[in-house]
Amino acid sequence: MPENKVEFELVSPEKLLVSKDTDMVVVPGEEGDFGVLPRHAPMISTVRPGVISIYEGKTVAERIFIAGGVAEVTPTRCTVLAEQAQPVSEIDPAAARQSLQDAKEDLADAKTDGERKAAERQIAVSNAMIQATA
Amino acid sequence: MASLKDLRNRISSVKSTQKITSAMKMVAAAKLRRAQEQAEASRPYAERMDRMLGSLAASVAGKAGAPALLAGSGKDDVHLIIVGTADRGLCGGFNSSIAREGRRQITALQAAGKTVKVLCVGRKGRDQLRRDFADVIIDTVEDIAKPALKFDSAHEISERVIAMFEAGEIDVCTIVYAEFKSVISQIVTTQQLIPFVASAKADDDATAGAGDEKLVYDYEPEEEKILADLLPRNLAVQIFKALLENNASEQGARMSAMDSATRNAGDMINNLNRVYNRTRQAVITNELIEIISAKEAM
Repeated sequence: MPENKVEFELVSPEKLLVSKDTDMVVVPGEEGDFGVLPRHAPMISTVRPGVISIYEGKTVAERIFIAGGVAEVTPTRCTVLAEQAQPVSEIDPAAARQSLQDAKEDLADAKTDGERKAAERQIAVSNAMIQATA
Repeated sequence: MASLKDLRNRISSVKSTQKITSAMKMVAAAKLRRAQEQAEASRPYAERMDRMLGSLAASVAGKAGAPALLAGSGKDDVHLIIVGTADRGLCGGFNSSIAREGRRQITALQAAGKTVKVLCVGRKGRDQLRRDFADVIIDTVEDIAKPALKFDSAHEISERVIAMFEAGEIDVCTIVYAEFKSVISQIVTTQQLIPFVASAKADDDATAGAGDEKLVYDYEPEEEKILADLLPRNLAVQIFKALLENNASEQGARMSAMDSATRNAGDMINNLNRVYNRTRQAVITNELIEIISAKEAM
């Protein structure tokens, strides 16, 4: 692997989605976005719903939306485990708004704590999705 | 002796059975390939999850306030056993061997005075366990691999398990499934899900990773919070992995069962054909003798 690259991997439970060498990756961490450059200090962080930006040189080469997950950073590698991921260009804003609407209705109808939590999560995901396309 | 017509009928019925079993073998082979690919594709996620959890678990080990999913509820009175089988039969000893292992564990735990609850995944396991343990089966999940095995279904199961655990209904959770070794060998495996046990492989990875110096991670937010987030995910992943293995094993078992059924049918057809020809010749000889002796008597 080249010296000054970060090996970025995006993995879902069903398959390895992305695996490539990049110059920088910006990950939406639970406590704020963080950029990963080569020789980053090792760390593990949870990831909130949002957009991962992959940089080639100084420009964003790819933007991928993920619905939360975990990121592991080592000096040479950045691995993101996510349940749901899709390129931002493939998000349908209308569908995202629709799912936000549905989730809000679900929240109003929720009877148990579990249902409420699931609906709140869905709202957060949909909101992040709409923001990503804006 | 069977008449010629009877023999003809038997031969044609065995032939159509053979056609069915060989078709099932082909289908199983195609499905097996897909199941194997799926199992392979899911491996990177599980491996990385293992690695992270291994280092996290090591760093909170011994500290107070570790999440209950890791530390356990402090009791081991109520056991939940998830018995993963197939929805369909005709796959050799696959379902029976898993159900047998499940039965053995239930009996052993009950003998030790524990309460046992069983969650069946797959109709066949439920059918076999229902006879003896109808009262401990709490539910059955059916048609999980239809049309294809999805992570979401594993996630649903894990959420139910976690809900039960948090409500204090269960203390320990294990899953019984068949690990896929090869088409002819599937190994019935029992894996403990709650409390979390770092797999032996994760330890290996940790030592292997020591080659590029042992990494000390920063955690953001703190370990406990990440663990609280990661452990439920890991549970879903482990269940998903077990179901994938099971799926591949089922197809493998079915493939070899159908292969030997096809071969048996072939042998049977050969034997029946031999009997058929011999009988046919005997009939002809008989007719000739009758004609000749009638002629001689004239």
